[in-house]
Amino acid sequence: MLAKRIVPCLDVRHGKVVKGVNFEGVKDVGDPVACAAEYNRQGADEIVFYDIVASHEGRGTFLDVVRETARQVFVPLTVGGGISTVEDMRETLRAGADKISINSAAVRNPQLISDGAEIFGSQCVVVGIDAKRDGNGGYTVYANGGRIDMKVDLLKWVEEVERRGAGEICLNSIDTDGVRGGFDLEMLKAVCARVRIPVIASGGAGKLEDFATVFQQTDATAALAASLFHFGVLTIPQVKADCRSKGIPMR
Amino acid sequence: MIAVIDYGAGNLFSVCNALRFLNIAHEVTKDADTINRADAVILPGVGAFPAAMESLHATGLVDTVRENAAKKPLLGICLGMQMLFDKSNENGDCAGLSLIPGEVRRIPSQRVIIPHMGWNELVITQDCKLLDDIEKPVYTYFVHSYQAFCDDSSIIAYADYDGKIPALVTDGKYVFGAQFHPEKSGEKGLRMLRNFERIAR
Repeated sequence: MLAKRIVPCLDVRHGKVVKGVNFEGVKDVGDPVACAAEYNRQGADEIVFYDIVASHEGRGTFLDVVRETARQVFVPLTVGGGISTVEDMRETLRAGADKISINSAAVRNPQLISDGAEIFGSQCVVVGIDAKRDGNGGYTVYANGGRIDMKVDLLKWVEEVERRGAGEICLNSIDTDGVRGGFDLEMLKAVCARVRIPVIASGGAGKLEDFATVFQQTDATAALAASLFHFGVLTIPQVKADCRSKGIPMR
Repeated sequence: MIAVIDYGAGNLFSVCNALRFLNIAHEVTKDADTINRADAVILPGVGAFPAAMESLHATGLVDTVRENAAKKPLLGICLGMQMLFDKSNENGDCAGLSLIPGEVRRIPSQRVIIPHMGWNELVITQDCKLLDDIEKPVYTYFVHSYQAFCDDSSIIAYADYDGKIPALVTDGKYVFGAQFHPEKSGEKGLRMLRNFERIAR
């Protein structure tokens, strides 16, 4: 039986790990390669690197981090931030990423999903989505790290993402991100009901039980968290032990 | 020295990263002499079956790989494992290396997500030196949409995904195949690569 995955995310800026709360108030902590190696040691099922600056000039430094991590971490690596062309995908995969994650660029140019899936295979194309309640009972998709409302309906968007050949969706709820009150179960249920590709839950994990809850109450196949693991509030073994004790298959 | 066959497979570098990390001597090669003097051979692979067989044929190494498989350990990984069988019907019928009897077809279940992607547990049905000193449960990382159909005698371990998916296979002699990615399966996957090098000694 396929195990549910626990995925720590490392936000990287100028070659250092950071974590923003609701994408604001970023503070600098730690060497990304060392953090990734530590998560690997703790039993992370996958590691996500996210280039939050995503500037053209900083690209080389960021890819060096990916390259160095791939030399010493032997679980799948997903890399996102600043990927807006097929060439960006190619160089990120060449640096050692197993999957690339596209977000704003995919909303602006959905063809990028199709091209990536066609050239590199669906399994390495993750579409990251930042979404928020629209106040009318629906959800809308945001770009640029949650700053720009793209006026795109979330549920229509996830269907298109799947149709275009994405291998996975990483769904981040802006409403719950950084609040530590638990994953956005409602939004996840709505998305999981629309697609058959795996959905990774992101945004809102605050306590131990939040992980088991998201697996028990939604069809999410993985749960992602950043600050919780990064600041040592919880460790990956603690989360896995709790899930396992509730009958959720874990590696 | 382990020869890692270079025919443009996508996971070549991650396989080499793992071998380098383990300090296992290896050479990435498309040279028949290098393969002939190697102690063992790794056939990596990611992507579609016919394209990969075509690339392997283009290197002119098909016969070399088959000859070496009869006298030294060979490990096929992911698509490299599928290529060990007689044929695949991915994008039309295509002949494989016929080192293990069986064929490759799409995962038949309608009830599960395809591709089979993520960590799944190995159900071990045969002793194998590749699994020496690896504590159960053994979860490994899979990413694939096609699977092998072969005799139980060829299966060392399978994964349960609404059906039996051959995960670790052998010809009973020198040929081994892993449907999962040992180079992406954490400590236990690295241990299997280490064990493969031991078999080669």
